[in-house]
Amino acid sequence: MDDLKVNQNPKLGSIDRPNSYIGRSVPRQNAKKHLDGGGQFVDDLTLPRMVHVAFLRSPFAHAEIKSIDVKNAKQSDGVIDVFTAKEIDEVCKPWVGVLGHLGEMRSPEQSPLAKNIARWQGEPVAVVIANSRAQAEDALELIEVDWLEKDAQVDMETALDPNAVIIHPELGNNLFWTRTVNQGDVDKAFKEADAVVETTLDFARHTGVTLESRGIVADWNKAENKMTIYHNGQAPHMMQHIIAKHLDLNEGLVRIISRDVGGSFGIKVHVYPDEMAVTAISKKLGRPVKFIADRLESFTTDIHARCHKISGKLGVDKNGKILAMEIDDLSGIGPFSMYPRTSAIETNQVLNLSGAPYVIPNYKAVGTVVFQNKTPMCQYRAVGHPIAVAITEALIDKAAYKIGMDLDKIRKMNFIPDNSYPNKSPSGVPLEDLSHQASMDKLLEIMDIKEIETKKKDDYEKGILSGYGVISMCEVTNPSPLFYGVGGAHISSQDGASIRLEGSGAIHLSSSITEQGQGTEAIMKQIAADQLGVKLESVRVTLGDTDATPYGGGTWASRGAGIGGEAVLKAARKLKDNILNIAAAIMQTDKDSLDIEDNNVIRKNGGEGISLQKLAETVYYRGHEIPKGTNPELLATASFLIEGIPFVFTNSAMGCQVSIDQDTGIIKINKFWAVEDCGTQINPKLVEEQIRGGVIQGIGGALFEECVYDDQGNMQNATMADYLVPMAYEMPDIIVDHVTTNSGRSIIGAKGAGEAGTGGAPAVIMNAINNALKQVGAEVISQPITPEKVLKALGKI
Amino acid sequence: MTANNTSNISFTVNGEKFNNVNVPSRQHLADYLRSQGLTGTHLGCEQGACGACTIEMDGKAVRSCLVLASQANGSDLKTVEGFDDQMMEQVKESFLKHNAFQCGFCSPGMLMTTKEILLSKKKLTRDEIRSEISGNYCRCTGYQSIVDAIEECINEIN
Repeated sequence: MDDLKVNQNPKLGSIDRPNSYIGRSVPRQNAKKHLDGGGQFVDDLTLPRMVHVAFLRSPFAHAEIKSIDVKNAKQSDGVIDVFTAKEIDEVCKPWVGVLGHLGEMRSPEQSPLAKNIARWQGEPVAVVIANSRAQAEDALELIEVDWLEKDAQVDMETALDPNAVIIHPELGNNLFWTRTVNQGDVDKAFKEADAVVETTLDFARHTGVTLESRGIVADWNKAENKMTIYHNGQAPHMMQHIIAKHLDLNEGLVRIISRDVGGSFGIKVHVYPDEMAVTAISKKLGRPVKFIADRLESFTTDIHARCHKISGKLGVDKNGKILAMEIDDLSGIGPFSMYPRTSAIETNQVLNLSGAPYVIPNYKAVGTVVFQNKTPMCQYRAVGHPIAVAITEALIDKAAYKIGMDLDKIRKMNFIPDNSYPNKSPSGVPLEDLSHQASMDKLLEIMDIKEIETKKKDDYEKGILSGYGVISMCEVTNPSPLFYGVGGAHISSQDGASIRLEGSGAIHLSSSITEQGQGTEAIMKQIAADQLGVKLESVRVTLGDTDATPYGGGTWASRGAGIGGEAVLKAARKLKDNILNIAAAIMQTDKDSLDIEDNNVIRKNGGEGISLQKLAETVYYRGHEIPKGTNPELLATASFLIEGIPFVFTNSAMGCQVSIDQDTGIIKINKFWAVEDCGTQINPKLVEEQIRGGVIQGIGGALFEECVYDDQGNMQNATMADYLVPMAYEMPDIIVDHVTTNSGRSIIGAKGAGEAGTGGAPAVIMNAINNALKQVGAEVISQPITPEKVLKALGKI
Repeated sequence: MTANNTSNISFTVNGEKFNNVNVPSRQHLADYLRSQGLTGTHLGCEQGACGACTIEMDGKAVRSCLVLASQANGSDLKTVEGFDDQMMEQVKESFLKHNAFQCGFCSPGMLMTTKEILLSKKKLTRDEIRSEISGNYCRCTGYQSIVDAIEECINEIN
């Protein structure tokens, strides 16, 4: 993707001027260190007197802890101490993963280490502190635990049955949260419909599998009463608040540093009990403590996601007009709701987003979330979207087949018209600045369905089943405080940026957004240089340090460009204004006759200017030369917040063409197209790479990934060899194109781009596979769509 | 094997000599290298499946989490910190240009595998490149940009 030639957002100034970096695919110079092995990941850090920990984790999904004997473990080589819940709870207060604005959420208190009862295979029970990780692991084997195994509630579908195993007796049953949405009158509409279609889809529990596992170094400095945490998290200020609150520390003296993070995708934005235990241990011992999860710990303790069974019904008239949609969704989580974002949000988004691209006057949705004795579940890239988009688009295809309508036509006639915004989703969520019609038209233009149809017939003759799918979707991005803050969580929806011109003429920028590889640092630099009028290389950026950046939300829900970027734009414009005021005073001229280009203040209609370096020298070293009353300010800070609506939405149209080998059941994705409307693109190449990376993660969920459990609640495939992740060979090249509708909520007009790929790919792949299987009267209704399921659907096994 | 059982070995890493060094016999090579500050070699699984720990040992790409440090006795090792020859600098430029990495955690292993591809002098199609790197797990890029970069390197360097 090369630079954008068209001016995608006039508010940002013309694009044929010096330093017009917004819309350019500028390489990430700051990231080149990774190619020299120069990254600074948490595990690369060593501090003086630093110790290591290893956790003894429950081997059972549900068991009583009768007693724990750590005597022998304490004698083991290099061991400093061994703690259980008793010692950790002296320092760390329990938490509850609930929010106050989504109706009653019932989750019990959770502490870092299990007390009396372990409730999932992998839950931390005891912890050894030693001079090395190896010595800590040696000592684990000497801890004697008297377990009394209990029946486990493994299956989500029986979790609310009368004879279910009640995981938390004090709650009375295994219900965590439920919600109903009821717009219009679906029953009446279904009676009037000419065609009603139904389906029930199963989505397997799977997880993010970041290549870098979770890691933390906690460093308590007793003399300074200060806790410094090196963490590969996504939201430093959120962790600052939580660690201060639960360890009873002064929040202003808790510093979170997140340097390089090896991929996160939502996995690293939650509070994990083992990491909280590490902070408590550091406070007790008064020295740095390091914990790096190994791969088995990652599979059994990183949050899981997407465990849903959803039944749906759609009613259309004979022309294909959608009259009613109804869904009933069941989701299984862990024994606790994760803190602080809760395990309700995935289901909440399924209810919010089902049918979102379409006009559906009658919509009913019920969501039920139940506890299980399995790994806790929470937000992972494209939260709830794969389920909401798949059930919607599967039902629409079924309706199209039933009334004999083209797959693209039935969608185009039901879209919320591009010119009818602001508008609402069927569930009532406000929508604005979307382009489903234009995006579908662009998709059909680059996809050429006629050619695909002819190939489908030719393939059929040769015994190959090929098929295609086209879908539309909305992606949640740039949330406002109505997402979490309103529910009482100290999760900031605001972001800040601070920018200064230094004595050398260099520019320094800091932002509360963080970097996990998506290119945040690069786009912040582009926005600042573009709006200030300086060369890219003269800007230096600091992220991921609560002592060195403004306060703000960090990275989640694809908010970096849209919220963090706007804060940088506002700060850069403020600094530019300050600089021009000073220059006007020094140059005895009117500010409006000046501008800044390539690090120089220039006179618009020619003549002598002044370099930023000279101006800075004057201000910092020869202030006496500046006219009185100018009070020069070469530092500016600004913040930004989305107001009035819960989210800013991005929309995407996706197409996919697959072929199925009828003997092996193996599915080949031959072609994949994604058209995205994320408003202003700061760096087109980085947007494209977010879509490609997202689609591949979606393909993982659609075809490969599942956390397989036995009926006792033990995960069976907790290794990189057994848990199938997408590797290079099976993945297609992805054709990416764009429509641009700037968000009216900001000057920069950028919407998020990080998650649409993951949200839409499972739906379009499933539809394409079923389009192929339909030729022989077969159908698959559960993901991952494995070769075995295909052969079963074909009646071959 | 008791915890304080060590092996005495000598080897070179990126040209630097390590003579008569005592390494825990059970320690794998990746852990040892990282303990010596060569933190560019990363650990993603310690099961030989993800490729993040790939280094060069006597001219061959190996998974340093599956090699015991003691097995490196007498070997000449090269890690990502030592990829400063003219060819690898060109590879790095191509990776940067094509944004063939995002978080950077898989990059050391990907660069090592790319080096092996280029030294093999084979002219590869995109599918064959995908097959060559199918032992290196990346969760961020979706692989296409990496294939683009390697394809460019094959055409320009070989």
